[in-house]
Amino acid sequence: MNEVIAEIRKDYIYGLAKRSERADGRALDEYRPIQVEVGLIGKAEGSARVRIGNTQVLVGVKLQPGEPFADAPDTGVIITNVELVPLASPSFEPGPPNENAIELARVVDRGVRESGAIDLSQLTLPDGKVWLIFIDVHVLDHDGNLIDAAALGALAALVNAKMPLERYGYGPDAALPIKESPIAVTAVDLDGEIMLDPSLDEETIASSRITVISGEQGTLAGMQKSGTGTLSTEEILSIVKLASSKAMQIREDVFGGSTDG
Amino acid sequence: MEFIKNGKRIDDRLPNELRPIKFEVGVLERADGSCYVEHGGNKVIAAVYGPRAVHPRHLQEANRAIIRYRYNMASFSVEERKRPGPDRRSIEISKVSREAIDPVIIKEVYPRSTIDIFVEILQADAGTRSAGINAASVALADAGVPMRGLISSCAVGKVDDTVVLDLVKEEDNYGQADMPIAMDVRTGEVTLLQMDGHLTLDEFEQALELGKIGCASISEMQREALIQKYQGEEHE
Repeated sequence: MNEVIAEIRKDYIYGLAKRSERADGRALDEYRPIQVEVGLIGKAEGSARVRIGNTQVLVGVKLQPGEPFADAPDTGVIITNVELVPLASPSFEPGPPNENAIELARVVDRGVRESGAIDLSQLTLPDGKVWLIFIDVHVLDHDGNLIDAAALGALAALVNAKMPLERYGYGPDAALPIKESPIAVTAVDLDGEIMLDPSLDEETIASSRITVISGEQGTLAGMQKSGTGTLSTEEILSIVKLASSKAMQIREDVFGGSTDG
Repeated sequence: MEFIKNGKRIDDRLPNELRPIKFEVGVLERADGSCYVEHGGNKVIAAVYGPRAVHPRHLQEANRAIIRYRYNMASFSVEERKRPGPDRRSIEISKVSREAIDPVIIKEVYPRSTIDIFVEILQADAGTRSAGINAASVALADAGVPMRGLISSCAVGKVDDTVVLDLVKEEDNYGQADMPIAMDVRTGEVTLLQMDGHLTLDEFEQALELGKIGCASISEMQREALIQKYQGEEHE
């Protein structure tokens, strides 16, 4: 995302990669420490702050009764938005979401949607209305790998969310019908070395990046390659396998294995 | 609605009592300076970038830095989801907040540069502009921007014909007057003053006096937060 990096730093990171090392001393498949706190925003129906190393995102989930889409009258609606606010990085500028913010939002959205994380058929309300679920990702500190942080924050905030049934006179509040826990794992390829959870420097110099979103059984729910670099099919296969097993580990650490019930 | 019962307000405070306030300095990695503030139910984070090059270039000043201030509410910060992006309210708040902080910044030191202040309201509960200014002021100090003083801000108002300090949402929405002020407590110079509602001249004088006291307490907390962070570092 238009970050600036010194040539000498770039050479240094590539040099390390040749020896399968990273600038912050991590193993190639090792994440920075992940911290998830939920329920910080009382005004939201659900919220989560995720830190991966120094990267920090805050996700708020809000629910409103609204009109379903005409072609899916019995289905709830998910709307995902990402704000790359200029507070989070010297490279972010004020203004409407740019292509990076929109890509990020759409990848997070696909993970939640396509994995069936929420049973949308259970979101109908009397009088033909359905719940509109707004997932708003507010990036606070961009130090690399926003996608994984945003996707994890979205899931944690959804798990944390309560349907505000009482406020609208529909009965007692209830948790959202969570059926699956999609976890995004992002990798970069530096000279043939695959690194998970790229730091800002690694992400900046890598010519391409790939995000793999997988569910509880290890099945794939979404993928996104980003950047102009190329990857061989063998590389992609090994990244996908690595990502799916890493996702299991993250799910275990953050949600104790599953978000269901 | 009854706002004052037995001398206590709806959240059990005295008329001249602030809500609980907490400052945290240097909470962001990428920003040059940052500060997180909890002020009652408000949760606000401020970041400072700069001095840095001005884009677009035509905004730059030959003899001083320019100051830019962006107040922005997260969509989930309020009861009813707010559409992302600036609206007329946040544009006005950005302007008066910038003007509240500008006078204490020694801008002549950094010609042809900008100092950008970004304030994000993560949760709103009346008094967000004040909380934002308080956070921004500390974030500027954290960024090492040279300043003549710290700006402190709070709101005063009137409910049940009583002048009160630091309104909560219900007092703000259904009370008789709301008046945010900001000042450099050390010099007594007022840098922001807004008011809506009804105040007699006497009440205004009372309110101003109460506001000064509120700002003074907040200024002490700002100083304390900065000292705590930087004194620790000196001894390392």
